[in-house]
Amino acid sequence: MTLWLFYFFAFVAIAGALGMLLNTRNTVAGALSLVATMCSLGAIYVQLDAYLIGALQIMVYAGAILVLFLFVVMLLNLRQDALPGARFAKPLLATLAAAALGAGFLTLLPGAFGPAAEIAEGFGGYRAVGAELFTDYVLAFEVTSLLLLSAMIGAVILAKRKIDG
Amino acid sequence: MIPITHAVALSGILFLLGTLGALTRRNLIVILMSIELMLNAVNLALIAFSRQWGNQAGQLFVLMVIVVAAAEVAVGLGIVLALFRNRESVNVEDASLLKW
Repeated sequence: MTLWLFYFFAFVAIAGALGMLLNTRNTVAGALSLVATMCSLGAIYVQLDAYLIGALQIMVYAGAILVLFLFVVMLLNLRQDALPGARFAKPLLATLAAAALGAGFLTLLPGAFGPAAEIAEGFGGYRAVGAELFTDYVLAFEVTSLLLLSAMIGAVILAKRKIDG
Repeated sequence: MIPITHAVALSGILFLLGTLGALTRRNLIVILMSIELMLNAVNLALIAFSRQWGNQAGQLFVLMVIVVAAAEVAVGLGIVLALFRNRESVNVEDASLLKW
């Protein structure tokens, strides 16, 4: 049952990614199919005992990042000619590079990893993850705030019409 | 319990699709979305390995990747807006001033 759920969500994730990739006419529809990918990835995270990350995935990716994409797509009001159709610049080269990458993945992927480790009660929950985040990784967490601040300032400056206006 | 191999294979497939999108599409917004897809594929691999070895550090890495992705999208879409304001286009072929 769990395995079939995983296959279902994996199918939805791949289908959403393909929908984003192959939809050359409508960027809004592409962004919405990527939302399906993000939501099913969140479900897969929950199946892999990453409960907090699963919730954050849906809140941040599906809820915030892709809504930002949708805002920009609608703000730009792209005309049809601004969106190039299926004009692949160097399709053969790109496909070859992707095929090499995929062959590398398949070669490196071992058949099985052995049984998964025993996990403690509450693994991946907000309490366990939070305790580790605010003790061992507190420096990384604080640096994150600097990163977000600089990104915010950068985005505001980039999106302003004139620097001194 | 999901076999970790399946989760890693799914991660590889998604990364591949993201690579294809970033290499073949010419719409800057779609390229950004493909990069998000690649980041998500890496996140899935990290979560799978975190479950396999019972080590929560992988989940914390994913948390950091999500933060970096959010910052990247904010700056990237700001660049898209600035580009559209200057060139009336989000086609990467119209922004080839620095191209070698």
